Amino acid sequence: MIIVCIECGAEIEVPDDTMVGEIIVCPECGAELEVTSLDPPVAVLAPPVEEDWGE
Amino acid sequence: MRIAVLASRIRTEEKLLLAELERRGLAYTRIDDREHIFDIQVNAYPFDVVLERCIQHSRALYMLKIFEGAGIPTVNAYQTALTCGDKLLTTQALVQAGLPIPRSVLAFTPEMALTAIEHMGYPVVLKPVIGSWGRLVSKINDREAAESVIEHRDVLGNYQHAIYYIQEYIDKPGFDIRSFVIGDTCIGAIYRSSPHWITNTARGGTATNCPVTPELADLSLRAAQAVGGGILAIDLFQTSDGRLLVNEVNYTMEFRNSIETTGVDIPARVIDHLLAVGRG
Repeated sequence: MIIVCIECGAEIEVPDDTMVGEIIVCPECGAELEVTSLDPPVAVLAPPVEEDWGE
Repeated sequence: MRIAVLASRIRTEEKLLLAELERRGLAYTRIDDREHIFDIQVNAYPFDVVLERCIQHSRALYMLKIFEGAGIPTVNAYQTALTCGDKLLTTQALVQAGLPIPRSVLAFTPEMALTAIEHMGYPVVLKPVIGSWGRLVSKINDREAAESVIEHRDVLGNYQHAIYYIQEYIDKPGFDIRSFVIGDTCIGAIYRSSPHWITNTARGGTATNCPVTPELADLSLRAAQAVGGGILAIDLFQTSDGRLLVNEVNYTMEFRNSIETTGVDIPARVIDHLLAVGRG
């Protein structure tokens, strides 16, 4: 599956078992992207870490 | 069994847990906190068990309260999450259970924080009461550092940062220990090693297998029990004279670095526990 990086336009190859909500890192520009749809494959810039995130 | 999984961001852990549910042919409903409106008048949900895997502590707490209030067993329980999410509540629970911990004090003003630090003696560790992954945890080596970190907290932080949780610094031998408890079993443990004093694997610490000695298992189970039990990751320090101290307890544990390291199929054990506590 191919997802286009919203930041730099790179075509990112992601595994077929990728799920909505997963974070992928664009190998070209390093942007952190969150997969928001699989059909069609779409990812948006992932939200930055918030204060109460964690374990 | 009708299973709900609370999750927004799908980390490696969530992916492994969902894959384990699918492998067993168990249907589940995924609830993303960002896409949901909870009608507070409603007090019934079509689930027999809820697995909480939120990345956001405050939302996890509210959702656990909502589902638990509707009589649905949750993993973990609201009270466990509440206790583990706050270092004062965790420390108090550990103290009340008679467990060994690093010396810890709490102060509410910059003046009292500095007095407490001077009284404890350097180095000390200043921690936010709420937070994860070792963020904003500061090792303070002298009075000047204490003054500046306290001033930063006071001026730049929100109210939470002006609560000063101060802990004795334990000169650990380059590693600490994380043990995993599921129900009434300590299923495994890892050493987390780092040249940096913060050893969290989220911060670059490396994991190696740590044998679960009877002492480690006993301490881990008692720590888990102290915070209400469930699925928990216990962080422990080993002192230079060989004693174990309980540092923290985590209620939405990350375990991606610990499956191969410990040889334990952690996702399978989590799902076993989930099915055991679910209704029907």
